[in-house]
Amino acid sequence: MAKNLIELKNLTKSYNGLRAVDSISLTIREKEFVTLLGPSGCGKTTTLRMIGGFEDPDDGQILFEGKLLNDEPPYKRNVNTVFQRYALFPHMNVYENIAFGLRIKKMAADEIKRKVERMLKLVDLVGFDKRDVDSLSGGQQQRVAIARALVNEPKVLLLDEPLGALDLKLRKEMQMELLDMQRSVGITFIYVTHDQEEALTMSDTIVVMNKGVIQQVGSPQDIYNEPVNRFVADFIGESNIIEANMIEDLKVRFDGITFDCIDKGFMDNEPVDVVIRPEDLVIVANPSEGQIQGTVSSVVFKGVHYEMFVANDHREYMVHSTIMFPVGTDVGMNISPMDIQVMKRGEEPCEEE
Amino acid sequence: MKKTMKRLYMGLIFLFLYAPIILLIVYSFNSSKSRGQWGGFTLKWYADLFQDRQIKEAFIYTIVIAVLATIISTIFGTIAAIGINNMRRFPRKVTLNLNNLPVLNPDIVTGVALMTLFISVNLQLGFMSMLIAHIVFCTPFVILAVLPKLRQLNPHLAEAAMDLGAKPSYALRKVIIPQIFPGIVSGALIAFTLSIDDFVISFFTAGTQVTNLSILIYSMAKRGVKPSINALSTIMFLAVLILLLLINRKSDKGEELLL
Amino acid sequence: MRRRMKLLAYPYSLWMAVFVVVPLFLVFLYSITKGDIHDFSTLEFSLDSYKRVAEPLFLKVIGNSFFLALISTVFCFLLGYPVAMIIARTNQKYRNKLLMFIIIPMWMNFLLRTYAWMAILSPNGVLNRFLGVLGLAPLEIMPGQGAVLIGMVYNFLPFMILPIYTVLVKIDRSLLEAADDLGANKVKTFFRVVFPLSIPGVVSGITMVFMPAVSTFVISGLLGGGKTPLIGDLIEQQFMSDRNWHFGSSLSIILMVMILISMAVMSRMDRKGSSA
Repeated sequence: MAKNLIELKNLTKSYNGLRAVDSISLTIREKEFVTLLGPSGCGKTTTLRMIGGFEDPDDGQILFEGKLLNDEPPYKRNVNTVFQRYALFPHMNVYENIAFGLRIKKMAADEIKRKVERMLKLVDLVGFDKRDVDSLSGGQQQRVAIARALVNEPKVLLLDEPLGALDLKLRKEMQMELLDMQRSVGITFIYVTHDQEEALTMSDTIVVMNKGVIQQVGSPQDIYNEPVNRFVADFIGESNIIEANMIEDLKVRFDGITFDCIDKGFMDNEPVDVVIRPEDLVIVANPSEGQIQGTVSSVVFKGVHYEMFVANDHREYMVHSTIMFPVGTDVGMNISPMDIQVMKRGEEPCEEE
Repeated sequence: MKKTMKRLYMGLIFLFLYAPIILLIVYSFNSSKSRGQWGGFTLKWYADLFQDRQIKEAFIYTIVIAVLATIISTIFGTIAAIGINNMRRFPRKVTLNLNNLPVLNPDIVTGVALMTLFISVNLQLGFMSMLIAHIVFCTPFVILAVLPKLRQLNPHLAEAAMDLGAKPSYALRKVIIPQIFPGIVSGALIAFTLSIDDFVISFFTAGTQVTNLSILIYSMAKRGVKPSINALSTIMFLAVLILLLLINRKSDKGEELLL
Repeated sequence: MRRRMKLLAYPYSLWMAVFVVVPLFLVFLYSITKGDIHDFSTLEFSLDSYKRVAEPLFLKVIGNSFFLALISTVFCFLLGYPVAMIIARTNQKYRNKLLMFIIIPMWMNFLLRTYAWMAILSPNGVLNRFLGVLGLAPLEIMPGQGAVLIGMVYNFLPFMILPIYTVLVKIDRSLLEAADDLGANKVKTFFRVVFPLSIPGVVSGITMVFMPAVSTFVISGLLGGGKTPLIGDLIEQQFMSDRNWHFGSSLSIILMVMILISMAVMSRMDRKGSSA
């Protein structure tokens, strides 16, 4: 079992009376790629900055390998940060930027050279050492920022939305590169982003946050397939969220139909929220062969699939399918029981799994 | 037609601006002391100038005070600006408003007020009081020159430095100061110019033992003319002219005009 | 570390308290008291010095200062605005050179510049000699108000030109083209487009001329003789020769208040102008 590297206990931070981070607790392990995911203002960046030492918590503890980190200034912490807009030192070239931390440790010149060159290789910037940082492209600056942080061999790397300023294609490339880097260097990455696709692609663990509170912690599959509340379901991926009634264990009722499902543990007839992913609604041409009937109200070609809306008296369902049904067609839809995710009504926080 | 009008007007303006200066230059070579007559070409006033002990003394005081005041106010002002930049809104506003007082107040009020302070605490008016006074009116300008550069600074730069292991003083030295350097240079230049040229504040705070060029010229002008002043003016004019030409040449090469 | 960084400003705050606030406070204190300034125990509250300011003789001095400063500001404006416009419209190549020649006199020592006018305007000076050559009677400009006026305009003209130039040169050419396109002739364009846009520069220039003009004593001392004392001369007198610091202090406070009010008026005009 991987060791616990960082523990956050009841961490709280307020600005101007507003709770940016509201008593969150979290455990982060060695070699883990953890992503703090959420909309802007949810507290993810504040949390990251508290771990880095740039903000002081109002309450709570940050433990690093069991030791209290709260009062340590950033330059004494064994973590390094990749800032959102890289924060490269403009008056220094690439080499000097990367060597900055090593010079402070008063390392010998040839050892510095060795380490910097190894870093340049890792981030694929060999030969760039004498370049001025403002002559570099966004992606290159990004890699210098990563090299500058990693060369100090921290145990944890903090990344604050590092790919935000890059264009889509570059972003996707860098995602894979970052993941490779994390695996080959073998350290913990704590990554902050608002892009749920990015989080799903890269993480071992995702921490979904909203309004300063952790909504759910889990693997990408767990978060996607079994969101615990409406917020998580809505934030991750596309979904149909439907108000329903839990008749009894394994049976849920909505839109006038009772469905078999695989959830239990709710009270009989408890009002719940149900999440169904658009790709899990299977369209059939014959309406009577479907559990739900409706008429196609719109069709959009999305390349990977068609996004169709099927409407009936109750609502419009979002459906993703590779088979297209034109607008106006009457169709049926089927859902397999394990694709119905039942959640407690409302956006309640959950405890760590 | 319009062009000639413009040219004529500008010509008149330049005539207005330079006539007095040219006059001084001409008279610096005039062997007759009188301001009206031309007595023949001579360089004796220049010789007088270099031998005049009063003028030499005043010159040395002027330069020494200017250099000291510039160095001290630049360091003091830069550090203060960094501190002010990190203040919360209200204390920062108050501090900046106070800082603006020596800038906005007419210099006679600043001079008189400082003199009042010094005399009330029985500080002998002399070199120290004049130096203090110069630092008082120079530092606000340094702060005003450095502060905008600090505000433009990426706030994450200092954080990045500390994240990488730099103590705050190291981050200051190696990251912040190189970034705001143009502002510091600007401030230092303004401070130097203000100090070298100051009359009113120095007048009230220098006392009788110490003097600077401006005070000397004033007392000479009041009493009567010493033609060596004309020679001094000529030299100063040439110095300014050469300096500005050099700066202008630098700016022609593409760098920013330091004004 | 933000909290720790802000400590860097505290020494300066202390410095300002001692060398900016306390002196002004002392001046204020002296203005509302009477007694021996060297011995605080003898000071007692009194508005005598302010009452003295209200005497007709001194009111005249204050009014005179205000009036002269106003007139020299107007002259600086009338003479300087066209200069700023001409330079702003000049070819990029020559613009910097022209500016440089406007600036050079500013860098010359202020006293030397004033002293130079003494040589020109004095009874035996160049001007009168020149008039004599032409067979005209000599003008008794100096010492006198006229000379002071000329001295003020001479010294402060570049301070009016520069701010106006700075604003004018930033005016987008396309604005002028748009006005032209909409049918405005040159005069209309100027009054409706150019001038309103230049108001911030004008306000700046007025501030940079009026303030020093109203508080100077050098120019009036050298060029005005004893004939036209201005506030500055009075204050200098009280502190240096007459040793009546109470009176000098109240004059100083009044001068400060005058300047503050003018600046408030100026900033209001600036706001109105830029929204026009």
